[in-house]
Amino acid sequence: MNGVTVSAKVNGDAVQYVCPPDESLLDVLRNRLNLTGVKEGCGTGDCGACSITLDGRLVCSCLVLGAEAEGREIGTVEGLSEGGKLHTLQEQFIEKAALQCGICTPGFLVAAKVLLERNSNPSEEEIRYALAGNLCRCTGYDKIVRAVQSSAKIMRRGKKASR
Amino acid sequence: MQVQLSGILSQAAGGARCVDCAGATIGELLQALLLKYPEMQSHLDDGIAVAINGEIYRDRRDQPIPANADVFLLPRIQGG
Amino acid sequence: MPYETDYTNQGFSKVGTRVNRPDGVDKVTGRAKYGADANAAGQLVGRILRSPHAHALITKIDTSKAEKLPGVKAVLTGKDFPDLTGGDRGMMNILENCMARGRALYDGHAVAAVAAIDADTANEALKLIKVTYKQLPHVTDVDEAMKPSAPIIHDWVRTTGVTPAPTTASNVAQRTEFGHGDIDAGFAQADVIIEKSFKTEQTHQGYIEPHACLATLGPDGSGELWVTTQGHFTFRNVCASLLGLDVAKLRVTASEIGGGFGGKTHVWTEPVALQLSRRANRPVKLVMSRDEVFKATGPTSSTSVDVKIGAKRNGKITAASAELRYQSGAFPGMWAMLGAMTSFACYDLKNVKSVGFDVLVNRPKVAAYRAPSAPMAAFAVESVVDMVAAELGMDAVEFRIKNAAKKGTKASYGPVYGPIGIGPTLEAVKNHPHMKRKLGKNQGRGVACGFWFNFGGQTCTDLNIGVDGSVNLTVGTVDVGGSRASLALIAAEELGIDYEQVRVTIGDTNSLGHNDTTEGSRGTFSSGMAAIFAARDAVEVLKQRAAATWGIPVEQVVWEAGEARAKGKQNNNLPPLSLKEIAAKSPRTGGPIAGHNEVVADGAGVSFASHMCDVEVDPETGATKILRYTVVQDAGKAIHPDYVEGQFQGGAAQGIGWALNEEYVYGDDGRLQNAGFLDYRIPVCSDLPFIDTQILEIPNPNHPYGVRGVGETSIVPPLAAIGNAVSNAVGVRMDHVPMSPPRILKAIEAAQG
Repeated sequence: MNGVTVSAKVNGDAVQYVCPPDESLLDVLRNRLNLTGVKEGCGTGDCGACSITLDGRLVCSCLVLGAEAEGREIGTVEGLSEGGKLHTLQEQFIEKAALQCGICTPGFLVAAKVLLERNSNPSEEEIRYALAGNLCRCTGYDKIVRAVQSSAKIMRRGKKASR
Repeated sequence: MQVQLSGILSQAAGGARCVDCAGATIGELLQALLLKYPEMQSHLDDGIAVAINGEIYRDRRDQPIPANADVFLLPRIQGG
Repeated sequence: MPYETDYTNQGFSKVGTRVNRPDGVDKVTGRAKYGADANAAGQLVGRILRSPHAHALITKIDTSKAEKLPGVKAVLTGKDFPDLTGGDRGMMNILENCMARGRALYDGHAVAAVAAIDADTANEALKLIKVTYKQLPHVTDVDEAMKPSAPIIHDWVRTTGVTPAPTTASNVAQRTEFGHGDIDAGFAQADVIIEKSFKTEQTHQGYIEPHACLATLGPDGSGELWVTTQGHFTFRNVCASLLGLDVAKLRVTASEIGGGFGGKTHVWTEPVALQLSRRANRPVKLVMSRDEVFKATGPTSSTSVDVKIGAKRNGKITAASAELRYQSGAFPGMWAMLGAMTSFACYDLKNVKSVGFDVLVNRPKVAAYRAPSAPMAAFAVESVVDMVAAELGMDAVEFRIKNAAKKGTKASYGPVYGPIGIGPTLEAVKNHPHMKRKLGKNQGRGVACGFWFNFGGQTCTDLNIGVDGSVNLTVGTVDVGGSRASLALIAAEELGIDYEQVRVTIGDTNSLGHNDTTEGSRGTFSSGMAAIFAARDAVEVLKQRAAATWGIPVEQVVWEAGEARAKGKQNNNLPPLSLKEIAAKSPRTGGPIAGHNEVVADGAGVSFASHMCDVEVDPETGATKILRYTVVQDAGKAIHPDYVEGQFQGGAAQGIGWALNEEYVYGDDGRLQNAGFLDYRIPVCSDLPFIDTQILEIPNPNHPYGVRGVGETSIVPPLAAIGNAVSNAVGVRMDHVPMSPPRILKAIEAAQG
């Protein structure tokens, strides 16, 4: 099978890869770019463990072809922290014990980041619906929702302070 | 001492729910039981838990058995 | 006894605090490595061909075309796994489940495997394997499978536990009975008797991480296995035994585990991956698809249960009995027995009898699922308990309190209880603000109790102190729910140092002695106990080093608040030596300082919980919304309260999914219809409210800190609590789980006649 050459940006860095036309972006990220923070839980877009952003939009990378990423910006969990500083969501997930086994955590973090970029003060219900595409089997979601709530609060405070 | 046998174990003792057996430790008790009821061997191979006054011991064969203790033999079980 | 394991009621400075977990940064940055995240140079891709039939003879497998496909390095079928079990039926069942031997026993049963240079080639090779099947009659329903006319799954199965021993084959693998007293006499004394039958459907543990491993096995019989597992030592022993390897030559490393809940206590593809690697002499990575996880790995039993309870007008239960029929898939298990043991364990009963039937069907081999078998029994029993209370006109909580087991009660499964928490959890429920919430239209409240055993078992732990005074604790129990944080707290507590100074590592099978699998809620209980003793072992060395430094007898040295102190007037001039100071000098005072412990951590005891929940049922659609949910459970001692709460909440959520949505749907053809997360719907964030928790601490007398296992019991009450709540909301007794919208509508319509 002939490979497709793709140029894209991943977490701000320019990357180039060759992949078969039917290979998923998830497999490209995991197997060709070594970004194994992106997880595969189902391969059918039902669990959200492979959540990434594509030009800022939340998608399941298992439902996107690697070839479709040409010229686009990809964001994964690996790009969340800046230098040595964790993202507020990452800090709050640890602080609020919002993870147990942690396999769903990368997907939740990416989904929650997209939510807070669009809505800096979401209600509990808005958080629950925004994260409804991500499955977690360990926590019952309780501490995840609380971590997103406290992140939103801290990030709003940060914005106010920097104004 | 009186040793109570649960469910499937009593079958190996000819249907008895309670048998008379001696032993200062779990290991001694199981050995004595086996002499009396050789059919118990397959259950011992599968694993047996011994409850002494309500505390369940699954592995420790050197566990002493106090006098007049309530001794109950259970099959070894699996968990999640 | 080598160590004093009794509870000592000591004070704590670290234990019980909510510190950040040590694996947190790895897990929020994507660095944590799970089963599918490891790679090896030259690795091949392993794939498995599975039976599309529920029950079929495999008359021929032609692999010649697949073998000739360029890039295919190994092809295996059942005949490539010689019988090395020495007549051990249990081991043979494991092997036959990993790879069919002449007969496919369920939809999804492995029949062949390939290893190839990439996924495309491996998938192509699977298509080139020609399997000729002769379909056989099948049975997937537990009650149907018990009928004399049912197709027999295994002709070698004779029902055990009945006299006289049967001479013909049956799908009933085992009958077990527990109980005491005289139930006929007990029922004769009863003023009220309620008898009812219940069904529960098959559910899956639903861990988000599929099974995955990276296997390397050379022609010299030495190998490596990187695998997502709850018990890498057990996996090593089983794989070595099935493949004829020396246990010491197979090094198994547990990856980070993306959920297990019992489903990763059993081997599924690992022996196959190792055998593929041996054949190809290259590493083989084998990752299951979600479809394979559903079709071929550990669901729990579907069940059919009859319960009968009789009580006097004064609210005392006089007799209780149950018959529990649990299917165990295509291989015998102990699942009905566990249902029979746990069914009435919450109550103080004079006359009680539980009979369990373990039944074979053409479904995947049942595996442990969090407090295996207890939730279904609790669903039936706790429903009837509510019905009896209603018939007596008593409050359902008061009725439970009146009949609750306590210290000295002879448990329905045999032994006598020590100090236990069922009574206190019920009192906590009675006094909880949740119970005072006003219910609206179409709303109902339900309460239920649950019981599960705790395990201890074999444990081996190392504690090494670095020259800077930081501490590495190596344990052999896989961390499934945050145990590394708890174990670091325990080591810090014992040594008197900061939590941040301790790093906990899960050792591979070559770095420690045998550790039992993390199951039966044993991780923190048993490795915690071993960590305490390993730390105390190290403290003895620290005291000796201090004594040598000071030139005084070690008897004059005590360890307090993280430092060695010289006791006695004559030593007043000797300032204390901190762990850090002693560690810094260790290269010149005798070398590395370490503590070690191996223990059989028995005496884990038992665990109880009581749950309450409020639901609203939409009478038009039959959909149920959980409005409020509260878990009360005895933790003995909560080492890290965040992760104890996490266990309570997670178990409750799994139970809610089981109660309302989750079920395996089989077609008439015996094939699984919904092997994916779209159609097998586990609860999502918007399905649930916050789940309240209340941790009770009734110390376990057999642990120095009073710890009890907390991982499993939280899944036991939800089916019944929700069943009672829904029944109260719609005014009809629900008797079939899951209570999906169509089932609720059907029940409402049936009641309206």
